Amino acid sequence: MAVLRKTVEKESTPKASRSPPDFTKAQELAAFRDMLLIRRFEEKAGQLYGMGAIGGFCHLYIGQEAVVVGMQMALKPGDQVITGYRDHGHMLACGMEANGVMAELTGRRGGYSKGKGGSMHMFSMEKNFFGGHGIVGAQVSLGTGLAFANRYRGNDFVSIAYFGDGASNQGQVYESFNMASLWKLPVVYVIENNRYAMGTSVTRSSAQTDFSRRGISFDIPGEQVDGMDVRAVKAAGDEAVAWCRAGNGPFILEMQTYRYRGHSMSDPAKYRTREEVEKIRHDQDPIEQVRNRLLAAKVSEQELKAIDAEVREIVNASADFAQRDPEPDPSELWTDVYR
Amino acid sequence: MPIQVLMPALSPTMEKGNLAKWLKKEGEAIKSGDVIAEIETDKATMEVEATDEGTLGRILIPEGTADVAVNTPIATILSDGESAADLGKASAPPPNVAREAAQSRSPVGEGRPMISAPATPSAPAAVAERDPEVPAGTEMVTMTIREALRDAMAEEMRRDPDVFVMGEEVAEYQGAYKVTQGLLQEFGARRVIDTPITEHGFAGVGVGAAMSGLKPIVEFMTFNFAMQAIDQIINSAAKTLYMSGGQMGCSIVFRGPNGAAARVAAQHSQDYSAWYSQIPGLKVIAPFSAADHKGLLKAAIRDPNPIIFLENEVLYGQSGEVPKLDDYLIPIGKARIVRTGGHVTLISWSHGMTYALKAADELAKEGIEAEVIDLRTLRPMDTETIVASVKKTGRAVTVEEGWQQSGVGAEIAARIMEQAFDYLDAPVARVSGKDVPMPYAANLEKLALPNVAEVVAAAKAVAYR
Repeated sequence: MAVLRKTVEKESTPKASRSPPDFTKAQELAAFRDMLLIRRFEEKAGQLYGMGAIGGFCHLYIGQEAVVVGMQMALKPGDQVITGYRDHGHMLACGMEANGVMAELTGRRGGYSKGKGGSMHMFSMEKNFFGGHGIVGAQVSLGTGLAFANRYRGNDFVSIAYFGDGASNQGQVYESFNMASLWKLPVVYVIENNRYAMGTSVTRSSAQTDFSRRGISFDIPGEQVDGMDVRAVKAAGDEAVAWCRAGNGPFILEMQTYRYRGHSMSDPAKYRTREEVEKIRHDQDPIEQVRNRLLAAKVSEQELKAIDAEVREIVNASADFAQRDPEPDPSELWTDVYR
Repeated sequence: MPIQVLMPALSPTMEKGNLAKWLKKEGEAIKSGDVIAEIETDKATMEVEATDEGTLGRILIPEGTADVAVNTPIATILSDGESAADLGKASAPPPNVAREAAQSRSPVGEGRPMISAPATPSAPAAVAERDPEVPAGTEMVTMTIREALRDAMAEEMRRDPDVFVMGEEVAEYQGAYKVTQGLLQEFGARRVIDTPITEHGFAGVGVGAAMSGLKPIVEFMTFNFAMQAIDQIINSAAKTLYMSGGQMGCSIVFRGPNGAAARVAAQHSQDYSAWYSQIPGLKVIAPFSAADHKGLLKAAIRDPNPIIFLENEVLYGQSGEVPKLDDYLIPIGKARIVRTGGHVTLISWSHGMTYALKAADELAKEGIEAEVIDLRTLRPMDTETIVASVKKTGRAVTVEEGWQQSGVGAEIAARIMEQAFDYLDAPVARVSGKDVPMPYAANLEKLALPNVAEVVAAAKAVAYR
């Protein structure tokens, strides 16, 4: 009955209102740096897109950094990560190189997919990052399959399947929930609720807007988490991952987050006010929260500036690399169709 | 050095836009993320955010300017410690990138020098292996196609612990068509897995397991139901190796009965040969004989690529001889000449072969010797065997249960035209399913499918007899 108890507990005391445990100074600094790397990387990607160096679609993660960074702090090597098309932050959080990600965005041979995948389709077997998937919701079944493989092999690794509030309305999500619960698969479903599925707000698209409850019919416990507070994300991630690793089956985490930019680069975001964006940015920015705590803990402004400089250096170097690296050799047209 | 802000491209196709409004003034401080201007594109008004910090040094393009080309400098930002005196030194955008981008965004021939496009490299030729010789004296065992498929799976599961079977009713029910009979008893519920009725979901779970290195056999109760799963088959299974630059493949077999059974009407009687055989990244197998079912399924399970293995319900109960060998593997991508003849080539696969072979018997009675090719694999297609035969006979008839438009027969006819046009003595003829959803009534169903008489008539027509 553990599962049922868990669900009931969630309803009575939503986790979002609890104050998360403090980070150590080292954790705060690591989180600050990792989130800043994603922020600066995404800003640079937006800039390169504006210059025409990046083509097609480009979905930026700015505003949501605490979700992947906090979750990654809850994982151990060997755990798998899979996500949808807004994936640059996930790759950096998994430890993939900025150079390889940026060069994939510009379609160059040094990109993670040799320039053949682009923004939405990158992978790293080495870092256990399984994509980067462009079809909304597909990664949920695939991530469930990764968890199936863990269970088949009898190991204790956990698969983290990220998807958004929009993907949460796809049918295969519930097909996956059913199988994951039925077979007790070790998968954490991380729903990044950034309030808008492209231009449609959750209230206009979802009959049940508490996404942590989306697993109730399948006896999957869930929690709502302040996805702007990296400490809250990590704490919830620890709990969910431990639940899965212990063989209890899947867990759902609804990360309440926000994207500052449009859905993609060509989205003017007229479905929300500038004031709404500014307010969240001012009151809840995930990086500013950590910065303020670090400053209060007597870390000098200078030390934080040095981290920013180090991060900017990595990002600028990746942008240089991504523009200097040659395009794929024409012979690559025909490779990697079969093996 | 001051930083130049360039007119950004805000959509995949944008070439120019109007600078509608400046939201920051010269001399104003700017933080990364601040909205500094509004730009109108053909679709919408977009905000331009600063990606650098400093002071807005100079506005180069005043608000209200229309048709500003992408990558035109629109303002300069001064970094900490810089003053207006530094403005002359603004760093230009990396020139090659800007130029390349501008070129890629304007249609060819619009007032710019033509770039000579590099020639498209040609596709590598598919080379298929020959069938392995069955050693003389090998015992032949008569078995049904159903048993041949089951044995193939069981042998591969004994050989490789990463191989497992999943699908609806594959375990406790012993298979909706009894193809997986006995597997649960031998391999247990860990490796023979009953799924809920949830094709899209379990196809995705299978592909995810394959991405992590397992080798799933996903049974669809029929390929009609795989329509629910076709996104995972094509977008996830078939394309990921390419999209990952060769890093992440997917060794998986999707199998089950395809095409018309009997009296189950339109939604349960469709031939997907043409659908799947169009997709690069997939291999598509559609065997006819019992031995080929076994040898090709074993090869499919071992193949590191995603495979569509099209079976046929009507064939499951038919028997044939299968060599009793420890490892009987048939190479994927190789057709088989089932009957030799010099007057006309009949090309078919799967259940279509029944019409082709019976027609060849009929034709022989009238003195027309037909060469009959069983394609066995639809992708990669063994064009070499087809073309060699047509060069000999000068005449060809394709036989399929699927529809004619954009069908496999159409593809075969095109290849013959491309590679053996000068050898043809008559246009290629196609015998196919009729261009209607499959009717239920027995007489109409019979009319909708191809039949032996149609194949005989087509062969005679191309032979001018």
